[in-house]
Amino acid sequence: MDLGLDEQQELLKNFARDFLEKECPESVVREMEEDEKGYSPDLWRKMAQQGWMGLIIPEEHGGTGMKLCELVVLLEEFGRALVPGPYISTVVLGAVPIMEGGNDEQKQQLLPKIAAGDLIMTMALTEPSAKWDADGVALEAKKQGDDYVLNGVKLFVPDAHVSDQMVVVARTSKGETAEDGITVLLVDSKSAGISFELLRTIAADKQCEVTFENVKVPAANVLGEVDKGWPIVEQTKRMATVAACAYLVGLSQMDFDVTLNYAKERVQFGRPIGSFQAIQHKLADVVIDVDGSRFITYKAAWSLQEGEPDADMMISMAKAWTSDASRRVVAHGQQIHGGIGFTKEYKIQLYFRRQKWMELMWGDADYHRELVAQALEV
Amino acid sequence: MDFRLSPEEEAFRQEVLDWLKENLPKNWSGDRFTRDRDPETWNIYREFAGKLAEKKWVAPAWPVEYGGLGLSVIQQLIFNEEMAYHQAPLGYSVIGVGWAGPTIIVYGTEEQKQKHLGAITSAETMWCQGFSEPNAGSDLASLQTRAVRDGDDYVINGQKIWTSGAHLSDWCILLARTDAEATKHKGISYFLLDMKTPGISVRPLIDMMDNHGFNEMFFDNVRVPKDCLLGEENRGWYMAATTLDFERSSIGGAVGGRRMVEELVGYARETKRNGKRLSEEVTVRVRLADAALEVEIGRMLSYRVVSMQARGLVPNYESSIAKLFNTDMQFRLAKAGLEIMGLYGQLEPQSKYAPLRGKFERQYLWQTGMIVGGGTPEIQRNIIAMRGLGLPRQ
Ligand SMILES: Cc1cc2nc3c(=O)[nH]c(=O)nc-3n(C[C@H](O)[C@H](O)[C@H](O)COP(=O)(O)OP(=O)(O)OC[C@H]3O[C@@H](n4cnc5c(N)ncnc54)[C@H](O)[C@@H]3O)c2cc1C
Repeated sequence: MDLGLDEQQELLKNFARDFLEKECPESVVREMEEDEKGYSPDLWRKMAQQGWMGLIIPEEHGGTGMKLCELVVLLEEFGRALVPGPYISTVVLGAVPIMEGGNDEQKQQLLPKIAAGDLIMTMALTEPSAKWDADGVALEAKKQGDDYVLNGVKLFVPDAHVSDQMVVVARTSKGETAEDGITVLLVDSKSAGISFELLRTIAADKQCEVTFENVKVPAANVLGEVDKGWPIVEQTKRMATVAACAYLVGLSQMDFDVTLNYAKERVQFGRPIGSFQAIQHKLADVVIDVDGSRFITYKAAWSLQEGEPDADMMISMAKAWTSDASRRVVAHGQQIHGGIGFTKEYKIQLYFRRQKWMELMWGDADYHRELVAQALEV
Repeated sequence: MDFRLSPEEEAFRQEVLDWLKENLPKNWSGDRFTRDRDPETWNIYREFAGKLAEKKWVAPAWPVEYGGLGLSVIQQLIFNEEMAYHQAPLGYSVIGVGWAGPTIIVYGTEEQKQKHLGAITSAETMWCQGFSEPNAGSDLASLQTRAVRDGDDYVINGQKIWTSGAHLSDWCILLARTDAEATKHKGISYFLLDMKTPGISVRPLIDMMDNHGFNEMFFDNVRVPKDCLLGEENRGWYMAATTLDFERSSIGGAVGGRRMVEELVGYARETKRNGKRLSEEVTVRVRLADAALEVEIGRMLSYRVVSMQARGLVPNYESSIAKLFNTDMQFRLAKAGLEIMGLYGQLEPQSKYAPLRGKFERQYLWQTGMIVGGGTPEIQRNIIAMRGLGLPRQ
């Protein structure tokens, strides 16, 4: 057993940290909050040049063929730098369903483009019912000749407005269970009948309402089998949940680092505020939350990667814990900063607002606690 | 012990309710936090203060000679509760009525009282509080802004920070150092400063909600006549402590919390998830019950302060308990609301999908500021422990 990073992961981490410090400073994060697209094409290209878009794509499809644990290492750095843009959307929500369910042609056509940074993708799963489960999928896809015709609304879809293609989770029939009758389709985001509306959110990230009105999708664009697409979504959800945890770990770590540093430097009553036991105990609690989040996330990633039987439970434990723990971390971060924490200008609030976003993505603590309980056969 | 209100007090509550029905601004949905402090909202605050002034209700418990009605502290409490419950636009007079005016009542000369109190109760003047400095927050007594006596005047130089509403205010309660040699608590004086005095500049600070609420304030040879001094020279620290006690007993707004809980209950009843109402989910029910009972506890902690005042006692660490509990509680309430709302909780008021007009999302950010403003939780705990429980100093 070894909970530390191996040499390759260590290299990736250090490289990513240096790269992001230079290429994605706070000013870029702030600029992208105001920017309609929410990402910088320039930074996107540079990230692609590092091979990051194809990190978990097999080499035969133009990727570097690394594994989920390496993606976690990279996403921790993304969380630390609050990297904005459609990275998780493309690399996890876009590429994973293709790797899971795509036929050779689809893989050959799309994966190399993703790896090269030439394709931005996302997955449209949730609807106004705001559910992560199959019974939340109502958007209808009706067979009509060689096409499927899509009608319905997807909500909270990350980065849809800048995507080239969307993986749309649709209902093609009503089966015995909610999972039956779900079909996953690759949809050109520019198709006639699709409209996007950006949602204004606490994190100023870019989520959309996507409306489908008689959108025609060629039947050849089905990923996997008709009516039996849910396992593809499930696997994507597992990966995305781990990705969200990793981002939160990095975010929490950075919030903590900034706060710790502030506690050492800020002087009141003639001494650093970090010398007051009240602050010391708070920071001790925070580091427990950060470390706990990191290692349960690593465990979840490793379990999924290695196909361990309890992977699902580990993933839910990780997200339930990390969702709550990261919120405690950023709340302490605000408070230890005093007045300056409440200003727009100072960086700590960026972490506070973004935490809420990732806390919700792919299921909040309540949702995953229930899954843990189910896994325990309570 | 008696939690019942007297018939007169109940009648007063009814009078306030009837008045509010007539006088709350049209279409006012109580969205203080959704669009706080833009110029339009400030106009609403100003107008509302004017209406209160007509009724002598800006500060109803103040003596009649200063424009109040001499009501009891209990009546004042009833008044505050109904205003908070209806989320009335009270922003204009908060500092003037809540803690600047009361300090002037205690320490001001007759002349100062005549000059300022009537102007507060007639809603002619808005006040701000120039206490905090970049290096004097929790450690307020280490403030460095200087006021130097020059003939019949004082000349002020230095800087304040986090001054809420300075850009809109007419007057400021200001702390400045008048004796640089004395130990830090003993060289501070308390001034009533006209914000129009030459040499004051106010620079906006934008907060994390993207609002312009607080400011930096700079003093460049600001010359004020010596009758701006409140109380004795170099005794300012002790008067500031009084101000802060007033501030801490008026911050909190547990009753505003009650309204938020009711709104949340309504939302949980009306919203369906998983084919059933949110209000049927155990996790939601537990959160709502906790929120409701915490609001009630916050309310009792505030009542205790008022009840002491009604008996002629001076609350001390009790105000710190109320301030600490109620601001933390309001943050937990906002957090619980967002948790109940799930993905929808993250939406800002401008979004057509935002539940309860995004009020909880705004609160979730706003309360992080309220927890710090008026003294951080650590400072309140220090007061409770040392002043209240008599524990030895660190
Ligand atoms: C929304 C808002 C509005 C405000 N409005 C006004 C206003 O109108 N006028 C005004 O004068 N001020 C105002 N303030 C300022 C407020 O009073 C100060 O922010 C507050 O007193 C804390 O001071 P600080 O920001 O310098 O933080 P610091 O004092 O630097 O505190 C930083 C951290 O150190 C901790 N700490 C400090 N000392 C100790 C100790 N002895 N033991 C343990 N922990 C300690 C604090 O609890 C905090 O967590 C406002 C603040 C906010 C957020």
